Amino acid sequence: MIEAWRRAGRGNLVPILTVLLIIIGIWYLGAIRMNAQWERDQAARAGIELSLPELVSRTLSQDRPVLPAPHQVAEGLWQGVAGQAVTSRRSLVWHGWVTLSATLAGFAIGTAAGIVLAIGIVHSRAMDQSVMPWAVASQTVPILAIAPMVIVVLASIGVTGLLPKAIIAAWLSFFPVLVGMVKGLRTPDGMQLDQMRSWSAGGGRTFWHLRLPSSLPYLFASLKVAIAAALVGTIVGELPAGATAGLGARLLSGSYYGQTVQIWSALFAAAILAATLVAIVGLLERATLKRMGLAR
Amino acid sequence: MSAIPILGVWLAGLALNLWLARFDTRATRTAVALIFGATIILLWEMTVRIYQVPTVILPAPSLIAESVVANRSILWADFVQTILKGALSGWVIGAAAAVATAIAIDRSPFLQRGLLPIGNFVSALPIVGIAPILVMWFGFDWQSKAAVVVVMVFFPILVNMVAGLKATEPMQRDLMSSWAAPYWPALWKLRLPAAMPFLFNGLKITTTLALIGAIVAEFFGSPTRGMGFRISTAVGRLDLPLVWAEIVVAALAGTLFYGIVALIEKKVTFWHPSQRG
Amino acid sequence: MDASPLPRNAAIAPAAPVIEARGVSLTFQTADGPVHALKDVDLSIGRGEFVSFIGPSGCGKTTFLRSIAALETPTGGTLSVNGMEPDAARRARAYGYVFQAPGLYPWRTIAGNISLPLEIMGFSRAERAERIARVLDLVELSGFGAKFPWQLSGGMQQRASIARALAFDADILLMDEPFGALDEIVRDRLNEALLELWRKTGKTIGFVTHSIPEAVYLSTRIVVMSPRPGRITRVIESTLPAERPLDIRDTPEFIALAHEVREGLREGHAHD
Repeated sequence: MIEAWRRAGRGNLVPILTVLLIIIGIWYLGAIRMNAQWERDQAARAGIELSLPELVSRTLSQDRPVLPAPHQVAEGLWQGVAGQAVTSRRSLVWHGWVTLSATLAGFAIGTAAGIVLAIGIVHSRAMDQSVMPWAVASQTVPILAIAPMVIVVLASIGVTGLLPKAIIAAWLSFFPVLVGMVKGLRTPDGMQLDQMRSWSAGGGRTFWHLRLPSSLPYLFASLKVAIAAALVGTIVGELPAGATAGLGARLLSGSYYGQTVQIWSALFAAAILAATLVAIVGLLERATLKRMGLAR
Repeated sequence: MSAIPILGVWLAGLALNLWLARFDTRATRTAVALIFGATIILLWEMTVRIYQVPTVILPAPSLIAESVVANRSILWADFVQTILKGALSGWVIGAAAAVATAIAIDRSPFLQRGLLPIGNFVSALPIVGIAPILVMWFGFDWQSKAAVVVVMVFFPILVNMVAGLKATEPMQRDLMSSWAAPYWPALWKLRLPAAMPFLFNGLKITTTLALIGAIVAEFFGSPTRGMGFRISTAVGRLDLPLVWAEIVVAALAGTLFYGIVALIEKKVTFWHPSQRG
Repeated sequence: MDASPLPRNAAIAPAAPVIEARGVSLTFQTADGPVHALKDVDLSIGRGEFVSFIGPSGCGKTTFLRSIAALETPTGGTLSVNGMEPDAARRARAYGYVFQAPGLYPWRTIAGNISLPLEIMGFSRAERAERIARVLDLVELSGFGAKFPWQLSGGMQQRASIARALAFDADILLMDEPFGALDEIVRDRLNEALLELWRKTGKTIGFVTHSIPEAVYLSTRIVVMSPRPGRITRVIESTLPAERPLDIRDTPEFIALAHEVREGLREGHAHD
């Protein structure tokens, strides 16, 4: 079985790389197309005629291209990560750390609150009927969109720095965890619960030996959603004017000054960060479920 | 001392709900949820009044309601700009593109194996971040917002649709094969209907994403209307009741959008076990 | 496509066999090495016969049925259906196939489900309505056409799936443990109904089962198979009359046949 999986994994590599190559190809063509207008205008103004190879090479090395070429973004990313001291304001590592710390703080708060409330909901019918409809309905509300407002309001009463962003991140990671955990804690069916009762196990024992273990697959599935949401929340929280630190602020300042390479680098830094965080949760998931014998 | 009425309301609401929850009928369950919501709003109002919380920090619900009524024409214009023009058009285009792509790569397992992991990966990324880029490309008006929404909703719907097209059992595909059904009738009569629950799952998740994309994109530049624009300028003027009024509209719009999609789902996938209830 | 009620009858002499297998083998390549699902299977089935395939799991009975239906491709030997390659026969819509589960589409009514193969095969609307009414009557489901599958019992769903396989009037009916998931009582009734239907329509039926009484009760011929490699160990001609009430199962003749089948199964087992 494991062997079969491994072969399937190997089998996917070639298609993924192919699709990636196609995307990069389209990207280069797009960069040439979208940046060509400016080069032609420049050339016309200078009264010179550009040959095609010249035009192509110029479109791929502009300072402020409409669409930076992949290698420019890679270079910007590399410059931002390795080309600066990590304490520098131009270092993506520094900005990334600002974003990451708020994300993790918020994620921890949101997850803890979600789990605690879920346990309460599973054990109290009044709480279940009061909170759950609102928790479910709140998933349809674009909470993220008001994140910048929260930052500004909190700043006006003197709360700045990591905390406001962490609050947004916590709020966004809270709901997936709550909904997933309630679902998970409820997976044991009547037969399993009756069996516990037949062994005259109390509420505590039923919780530790039945409900909690059966909820873990659901918990991890929602943790993956939650950490991605927390990161998005933090980045959006860094968007209001005045923010100077974090990947969101890099995006915003890039867009103010037309520094497209900076925007794309920040974007890819955020993507890499998101992928890493989700992957770490995924690894924890696999290790935990494997120890419990639940891994597929 | 001033905390006593607040505590009183809270305890009264709690006691009422604890009592009602024991009946556990459809009516009492709705009542419990409504009482909970009403209690929160009441507590909010009382707290703001008794402690004289500055409007800048937290306006009272009554003040927000007043602002909704007073600014209804502004709110409507913002709703049209952001929700109908930006979010809805982008969502429709993105969904159509995702479904078309899923069908286009349906006959190529190679492309599917390549595109699916990438789609799953992209779905977890902070895609709102492309908003500044797309605002640069498509200008300040709703077209750039729709473009952000297209990108945000495309991958979640694509991933769901591809999974849905795979969702038929081998036996049902064998049946089609035993009737020597050509590709298109089999797709049209078997696999598309079977994919509907998956498609609607994707459509429902992305309603919220569409609103978020449309609103957040306005923070990077917009004409002088739109919900994101209004929120950011009202915050600047410390007109918090108006900000909250926009939030109320956004919340209602989000719930309504989701509700309509869920209703269509109920009509289309009436046969699915989850809908038969 | 004439609408005359019934096709050729069993009474017509079996000139050429409808299904003919010569040295059919099928080997699956798996991670644990090759698996011989079928090895050197020879069998010919004449028009109007009711042939059961019985054997333990892994004996290749389902694989053989699927090969006839061109849902699997043999790796050796020759197989012909109606004198054609199985795949050509499939494209000519030579057979109706009934699976273990009804496999009805939940978004279509019973009538809509029966209509589906007819739509795919391009029958006119009027023709479809006429055929649906006829097969619903044949499986005693008249009046249930407008119901959705999930509103019917398991036995009724399986009858609907048989109706669906009958709707386009193929001469051959291939059934892969169609009643395996049903309880004994429902099964008895459906067995009786199936025999009645076979007598009325004169179709050639290939029937996979793992129930000895079912095989003996239904068949004109019982093919006993055994696993590793999947092969035919014995072919038993039924001595029972065409008219078979349910209590024929208590007659000494029936019990003797059942015994012979059991012997055949044990014999196959001894090779291990």
